[in-house]
This record gives sequence, C-alpha cells and structure tokens, in this order.
Amino acid sequence: MLHNKSFVKKTKAGKVMKQVREHYLRDDIYCGAPFCTACDTSAARLSPSASTILVVDTNVVLHQIDLLENPAIDNVVVLSIVLEEVKNKNMSVYNRIRAICSNSMRKFFVFSNEYHRDTYIKEMSGETKNDRNDRAIRVAAQWYQKHLGGAVKVLLITNDKENKRKATEEGIHAETVESYVKSLDQTALLDLLVRPSSEDVNMEEVEDLRPSKRKIIYNEHKPMSEITSGLHRGIYHQGKLRVNRFNPFEAYVGSESIGDEIIIYGRSNMNRAFDGDIVAVELLPQDQWQEEKSLAIACEEDEDEDDGVHLAPNSADDAPRTVPQQGSTGEVNTAPSRPSGRVVGIIKRNWHSYCGSLDPMPLPAGSGGVAHALFVSKDRRIPKIRIQTRQLENLLDKRIIVAVDSWDRQSRYPSGHYVRTIGEIGDRDTESEVVLIENDINSRPFSSQVLACLPPLPWSVSPEDLSNPIRQDLRGLCVFSVDPPGCKDIDDALHCTSLPNGNFEVGVHIADVTNFVHPGTPLDEEASQRGTSVYLVERRIDMLPKPLTEDICSLRSDVERLAFSVIWEMTPEADIVSTRFTKSIIKSSAALSYVEAQARMDDSRLMDPITTNLRNMNSLAKKMRLRRIQRGALTLASAEVKFQIDTETHDPLDIGMYQIREANQMVEEFMLAANVSVAEQILKSFPLCSLLRRHPTPTREMLEPLLRTAAAVGLHLDVSSSKALADSLDHAVGDDPYFNKLIRILATRCMTQAVYFSSGDLTPPEYHHYGLAAPLYTHFTSPIRRYADVIVHRLLAASLEISKLPPVFQDRLQLTSISDNLNYRHRNAQMAGRASVELHTLIYFRNRPTDTEARVVKIRSNGFFVFVPKYGIEGPIYLTQKGEKGSGEWYVDEEQQKIKKMDGSISYSILQTVQIHMEVVEPQPNRSKLQLTLI
Amino acid sequence: MEFVSPEGLRLDGRRPMEMRQIRAEIGAVSRADGSAIFEMGNTKVVAAVYGPREVQNRSQQMSDQALIRCEYSMANFSTGDRKRKPKGDRRSTEISLVIRQTMEACIMTNLMPRSQIDIYVQVLQADGGTRSACINAATLALADAGIPMRDLVTSCSAGYLNSTPLLDLNYVEDSAGGPDVTVGILPKLDKVTLLQMDSKLPIDILENVVQLATEGCKAVANYIREILLENTKQLEYRRGV
Ligand SMILES: [Zn+2]
Repeated sequence: MLHNKSFVKKTKAGKVMKQVREHYLRDDIYCGAPFCTACDTSAARLSPSASTILVVDTNVVLHQIDLLENPAIDNVVVLSIVLEEVKNKNMSVYNRIRAICSNSMRKFFVFSNEYHRDTYIKEMSGETKNDRNDRAIRVAAQWYQKHLGGAVKVLLITNDKENKRKATEEGIHAETVESYVKSLDQTALLDLLVRPSSEDVNMEEVEDLRPSKRKIIYNEHKPMSEITSGLHRGIYHQGKLRVNRFNPFEAYVGSESIGDEIIIYGRSNMNRAFDGDIVAVELLPQDQWQEEKSLAIACEEDEDEDDGVHLAPNSADDAPRTVPQQGSTGEVNTAPSRPSGRVVGIIKRNWHSYCGSLDPMPLPAGSGGVAHALFVSKDRRIPKIRIQTRQLENLLDKRIIVAVDSWDRQSRYPSGHYVRTIGEIGDRDTESEVVLIENDINSRPFSSQVLACLPPLPWSVSPEDLSNPIRQDLRGLCVFSVDPPGCKDIDDALHCTSLPNGNFEVGVHIADVTNFVHPGTPLDEEASQRGTSVYLVERRIDMLPKPLTEDICSLRSDVERLAFSVIWEMTPEADIVSTRFTKSIIKSSAALSYVEAQARMDDSRLMDPITTNLRNMNSLAKKMRLRRIQRGALTLASAEVKFQIDTETHDPLDIGMYQIREANQMVEEFMLAANVSVAEQILKSFPLCSLLRRHPTPTREMLEPLLRTAAAVGLHLDVSSSKALADSLDHAVGDDPYFNKLIRILATRCMTQAVYFSSGDLTPPEYHHYGLAAPLYTHFTSPIRRYADVIVHRLLAASLEISKLPPVFQDRLQLTSISDNLNYRHRNAQMAGRASVELHTLIYFRNRPTDTEARVVKIRSNGFFVFVPKYGIEGPIYLTQKGEKGSGEWYVDEEQQKIKKMDGSISYSILQTVQIHMEVVEPQPNRSKLQLTLI
Repeated sequence: MEFVSPEGLRLDGRRPMEMRQIRAEIGAVSRADGSAIFEMGNTKVVAAVYGPREVQNRSQQMSDQALIRCEYSMANFSTGDRKRKPKGDRRSTEISLVIRQTMEACIMTNLMPRSQIDIYVQVLQADGGTRSACINAATLALADAGIPMRDLVTSCSAGYLNSTPLLDLNYVEDSAGGPDVTVGILPKLDKVTLLQMDSKLPIDILENVVQLATEGCKAVANYIREILLENTKQLEYRRGV
C-alpha cells in the first residue's frame, strides 16, 4: 500500500520544457527462474531445467522476430528497456514479442529491469541514449548471471560488435545471433535469419554481387533531424503512403499540411517506401507534375505491369483509382493536375511479412549451396524482394512467406528472408491459406481458454431461463426462419400474427449471443479480435466456436432457443404503431430456405399458418420497401456469383449468378427495420457510446467515372442527392434489358462502403446512411457472425436495464479502436471472400475454355476492360500486344469513350457488347492465369 | 497508451495500488499562525493559516461561528511552461471553494464566533493530485495553528485507466483523460467529506475506485498523525517537559 523508500528522479529534456518524472525503483521484481531461491517464483516463466538463459538486445527483437517466434528458441529474458525501444520503433514487432511473452507454451519472461533497484542505471554524461540502453542491457545480463550463480549460463545475444566486445570485457557471455543459431545445429533455422544490412556485409560477399547491382539507384534518405526541420518549415510533408492496388508504380500520400493528396509516380520517386509507411515527401516543381507520369511508365516498362482478370468490384474500395487518362495521341490533358512529389525520408516503416512465390528461375548449377532469388508478393503493391535460400529447388513451386529486412540505395529491390512455406502453388488449400494470410484472418482453432467459456453440452433451455423475469416466453408463437440453403448459423427468425384490431404483430427474433458471450472473457476477446465470420467459397471461418455457431445460438427448427426480439405492431399499410424489445424464448417451427419460402408463397393451394404468415409479411415488406425507395434508398446491384461445389473434391462444378428472390428481399426488409429500430433505441439511451453504421455520401469526384460513362451513352444522371440518383437510375433504360442493371452495377462500384463508428466520435448529421437513405442505422441482426451486433446487443440490453453496460463503453478511445478493428476485419473478410471466388473461378475455368458475352466497361490506350455478367468477373482485353504501346494503330476518343482503329474500320465503345473467349493459360510454369480474348 | 504494463507496473514504476512518496513539514512559514508543506511525489504545496482573528470586513461577521476564507494559487514556476497565470481564474476559484468547504466541515467553527480564519495554499510544484495535496497541507497547517477540529481531513485521488483502478495519479496519468476521483475523509469519524469526479464511471467500478482512494486517504492520515506526534514531541522537548 505505501510508497517505496528509494527512488531516483529522472529528468527528460523535452523540446522546450524541462520535464521531471518520478521513477520508483523496487525490490519486489523477480527473476522468473523457477529454481531461484531468492525470488518469489509464483510468476516464473523460464524452464525449471534451463541450462542457458538468453538475454536479447533491441535489434535482435526488431530484426529476428521470425526466429524468436520459432519454438526452438526458448528461455529468453526480455528486458523492459528492450520492449520500450521496440515499441517506439515498430509497433507490429512489439505486438508480436508481447504475444510470445504472454503465450503459456513459450518460456519468455519479461524482466522490468528499468524498475529494479539493482539494474536501473543513470545516464552518464556524454553517453547517448543508445549507449545507455546497451549498458542497461549488459547490467541486467550481469545481474542475472550473479543472481542465478554458476548453475546456468546467461548468454547475451547481440549483433552489435561494440556491445558484444564490451560485454565480453565485463565478463558476460555474449554471442551473435548467427553463431548462437549455428550452435543449435538446426539448419532450417538459418533461413529465418535476417541478412545483415550492407554495411555489415563482409567484403567477400560484396564481390559476389554483380557490379551492375552496386550502382546507386535511389536517392539517399534524409536524416531524421533534417526531416523534422523540413516538416517544420513546410518544405516536406508527412503522411502515410498508400500504393495504388492496381498500379504499384503510383502511390498517394494524404498530407494534412497541404490538405490534398500528393501523387508519387514511379519507384524512384517512391524511394524505397512501402505501402503503409509514414513518409516525408517533397513536392516536385509544378511544371514536372504532368511530365513525371509518362516518364514513369516509360522507364519501368520492363517490370511486369499486368492487369489480370479479377472479380468485378463491388464498391469504390475494390476498384482502381481513377486518374484522368491521357490519350495515346498525346493531346494535352486540360484537367487540373494534382501535386506530385517524391519521398525524401521514411519516418516509420510498415514492414511485415508477405505471401507470394519466387520468380521462376533456373536452378544454379551447383545446387545445395546458398542461392539468391527474387520473391514476388501476391499483393501487387509490394515490390519484389531479394532473398537468400539454401533450399531453392524446394521453394520454386511453393507459396512462401517472406519478411523484409532492409533496402539499401544500391539495390533495386529490398532484401528479406524466408519465413515459412505454405504449400504448392495452384493447390486449392494452399491458395485458400494464402487468401487468409494476406487478409490477416485468424483461422487457427479456438484455444482451450476460449472453449472453456462455452456452456456444457448438450445445452438446452433451463428452468432458470424460463423463470427469468427478463425473458418472455414466446414459444407459443409460430416463428420460422428463412435463409440461404444449407445455412447452419441461423441468427434470425420471424413471426407475424394478425391482431383483433386488424393490425399485425411482427417480430424479428435474433439469437441471444450475449447470453453466452460475456464481456471480458477470453471468448469475448477472441470474437472481438476476429470481428466477423469469414465466408470463403468452400469453407467458413467462424467468429465464435462451432457449438455456439451451429447449435446453442442457431435458431434451428423444433428446438427451444434464447432470443432477443424486436416486436412491432404494424398497420396493414406497414406503418409502425409501436415497438418493443425483449429477451425471449422461442421455438422455431420451420427453417426454410429462400427457395422453399418462395415456393410456398407462390403455391396458391397452400393455406397453412406459415404460408399465410409469409404472404402477410411479404405484402408488408413490399410496402416498406416501396416507402424506403421513395425516400431515396438506392437499389444498387452487384454481380454476385454462386458456385456449386463438389462435396467430395471441393472443386467447383458450376458457376452462376446469385438469384435474388422476393423472399430474400422480404427478410432483408425486416432486418433493416429491426436494425433501424434498435439504432434509435440505443442512441436515445447512450448518445455518446452507441455503435452505429454510416454510409458516407459519395463525392462528385468519386462518381466521375459513372458520369463520364453515362454521358458517353447519352444518359444524364442527377447525383445531387441519393433520391435524385435513385430516380435517374430508375429512368436509365437502354435498348437492352441488361442495360439498367449494368448502370446500377457501375454506380455501386463508385461508392465507398458503409463503416462502423462510435456515436461519440461524430455529429448527428454525419450518422447518415446514404445507401439506405436512413438517418440512423446499425447492425443488430447477425450476432453469431458479426461482433458489431454483439456490441449492439449489449447496448440494447443496457438500455432496457436488463444488464449493465460493460466498462469498455466508458472508454472512448477504446471504443474507437474497436470500431476501427471491426471495419478492418469486415473489409478483410470481404476481400478474402472475393479472392476466394476469384480462386475458384480460375479453378473452374482450368479445364473449361468458354466463349461468352461481355460488356466493355473501361477504355484504355491499348485496349479495354470487359465485364462478364455471367461470371461476375472483369478483365483486360488487349488490342495491341504488350510492349507495342503507342504503335499508333488505335486511338482513344475521350469524349465518346471509344477506342478506334486509325483507319476507322473498327471501333469499340463503352457498354458495347462483345463476344469473348475465356481460357486459363500458363505463361510461366506454375503461374496460371485467366486470359480473355476477343473472338 | 499503456499506463499499466502487463507486468503490473505503472509508468513511474509503482504498482496500481501504490501511492507516491509523501513527505510533510510543519512550520515552514514562521510569520503565520500555522503552516505546513506537503509533498506527494513531485507535487509540492505550501499552506499557511492566519487566525482565528478579528473579521476584517465587519459585514461578513457571524455571531455564531467563525468565518473561514481560503485562497488557492499556483506559483508561476509550478509547471514546466512557467507562464504567468492570472489570479482568480475559474479553476483556482473552484479549488478555493472546494478546500474551504472541506475544511469548514472539520473546523469547530462554533467555538470561535465573530472571528475569521484565513487559509492560504500555494502550489509550488504541480505533478497531478494538487487538490488532494492542498487539503492535506491545509489540515496540517490548521493543526499547527492550534485550531480546534473534529478530526483531520485527508485527501487522495484515484483513477481508472487500462481497466485498472490506480491510486494517486501523477500528471501523466491525470492527463490521459480518464476518470479521476478525488476523495476527502475524516479518518477517525470514518466519514467522507469530499467526493469529486471528472468524466463517467459505471457505478460498481466507481465503488472500487472510491474505496481505493479512501484507503489512500487513510494512509495519508496515518502519516499526518505521525508527523503531528513527532512535532508535538519536539515542542515538548523544547519546553523541557
Ligand atoms: Zn531470482
């Protein structure tokens, strides 16, 4: 309870202010060795039989994290000073080392040396911070050796020569990472090692590299001090670099200091920056803004600038960025050009590991030795990475993971090291795994701590649930669910009864997930981290463990289940008279598929209660939908495809457009209504901490491509409001039946996606949901597969005073980070789903070359992009061969969005129908891709 | 921001339930009737008490009790930026009022009708928890002045960061924007005389945090008692008793 006796005041000199912080030193920090006789060993983490204890320095953690993650390395003491330095330099490595330290399977112990009476050291005069910290690490290592005596060897692992020399002088055992790993005698570990950056490389190794590689390619990065002063004086601009997903030679830096995006063209201007790095940018002189671009394309032509066939985008987030196109005839583009710049320094790296494969190359003559290879990431924004490997012949046909280590001025590509192999290229399981890794999706089985939170199985509604006053017994109601066929995680069910006064009582019953997932439990943490279930074509990665997802929470038919219900009284005109919310117990009488529900409604002979209720609900839903559309809700369209999967081989058997039936729309309508009702209720009770969902109004710039296309086909679209856009989309009828849908698809891809946010972070006008034309919206109806809904369930329960609001809702920053994580996970889940569809499309067409109809959606200088409605994919068709750009045979008419042959014989215009041939080709071994050609 | 490491240490090396080093000294201002310096870590406050004496402004005189006045100020050098701070700004008026009301609750004002007691507190160095330090210093100064009191008043603050209740927030923790509860108690009577909080907390967590702050107050009270006892011994010794 009382304070400590000894303390030292540490003075940190800030920019202008002298800051004084107290720093208490303690004598109750223990060494973590279970065999220690002097310490409290209750929190000891090291192995009881450890013969060697490793103390690692900061750079070892920063650079060799892949090695540390390998279970071969154990009995490691991580000092708090090391953690602090790692945290300041690289947050993602910090999180990884923290994860190792908290993993009960690993023997890593965090020693708070900075607060220990005997290991804290003061900075000596003339000593730099780095030197002081290195000394602190040595002092701690020495303390360990003295503390534990001769029974164990305390080994300091450092790659810093100076540090190692001093340590040896002071009588500490010290080794470099390389020599330690070699002493372990496991060659596989050697590939995990990070290659020392060029300044440490021995002379002989430098000779090894071809002389051409040693010339200076990139400009020097400015030192940090110069960057800071440059930022202050406004000549440099700081921001996060984002590389164009569809053209890796183009990047954007959102700069607050000039309030605009700075475009960076070409790798040399990007100057070794990676996507996600925080960089300092210098603007180029204005007269170079335009020039730079053409230059960039010309000089980097040799790199593979390939636009493959992809799934048609569903929103602006999936689609390539639109930059005004320059006609191949070289006419002057009058569009105001955006500022362009070049990177002068990197403030914070965003390096992590990447998934991909090696560039195909012949095996070196003397195999078995160390080979240099180029790694190509699946993520096109990442440049190729040079690696060294001793197992080249094994890796050439594999998907592998590689981490980046350094990028010096003389090398065209960054260098990195091999981390692990996923599997063979093209193999479905491997490629699915790649999709998961690329999108940062955790598909590991749930841990035992998480599973321990589940209720005992078999679970059934207990008498306590029945007698609980907060729970209403709705088992007598005729409740049923309507879902896609084969759906096992049923999180919503409906009921509808006629009231004596002619109105209807309509209920939406949602699985009561929060009855099983309690805040702060490992189960809750895990679900919160996963954020959402992920649906791939052939598998589902659950957010919650299977017993909850498919059984306890799932509102299956003929079993009693706990639910959270929204119940309205509605007039036959679908006006809501009253709304109430209650926890309930229901017993679903039928789990219908959309097709079954539709068939029942259509079959006029059927008069059973379920069918009658379905018809009543359908007529209500139609009125609600009509009203929503009149309010200006957009009926957008996307090209969703559906695979029929072979149950044994999991290969796609058939592919086709997903058909939307009235029954789908009916269920969707009631879910929307429930979400809106819940949003109103929670916002009323918790105006500052409700989780809502907003859809930002698209800017004119975002709609530009749609407007240009529409103008080219003589269509006028009014985009002044969602209502106006909805109306003009309704009036967009062309001469063919598909025209309207096509325009809607093009409109959809101009919009960004809706996002979650905490109501305290924005003002009410910003809550607006553009697509639904609703002032308020949230997600309540799918708590089994979306964590946002779990949060909303808790908010709703608290607003009804059923339960207390968990403490996290008091913490605004944490709420914001939760909603950021949900958006990130949601987005990744969608991208993974799309990638999975792309993968299966490729597998499907492998043995099935197909001719089909396609529509031109984008004109390019050397061809055009087509959209294939039947398969929902989009890809390029080249009119001129690659590398023959500007041969002058074809020219683009910007105004009319046409590409014409010079002699006027052939022309292709936007939205035109063309016949194409689709075939999987393999230009290089193991690198198959789908190719589209004109017939 | 991580205010409590997974090892359970705060940024300054304390554990969540630990207070900073406290130190007190009686009789720092010799002209005053009673005075004291109170330190909680790097927060350092001086308090001086004048009175009971004649009421300066006759219209404020009360026939049944003493008039308590309190003035709080911050020395210009008390924070890093050494800005000249205007006197009587809203924050100091508010703190003056808080201190006055807290002290009124323990001074037996009815014993000193038609008189006035002035309490001056000045923050010499600010590092979080100034309010509590002021109250503790004022208690000591009042005791030094020999003013009759029902009990000592002691104060301590507690906050809630990283889902952990933290005792005695320092400046860095205080500026994190989390909830900050200041509690003042009469330790012998076991009564709370002051409870202030910024921001919101669910009721059950608030209970824990208030409980923690109360424990802190009790620890302060023990220390203050020791100091007073020591001081009395010194006086006895000087008198040659
Ligand atoms: Zn020990």
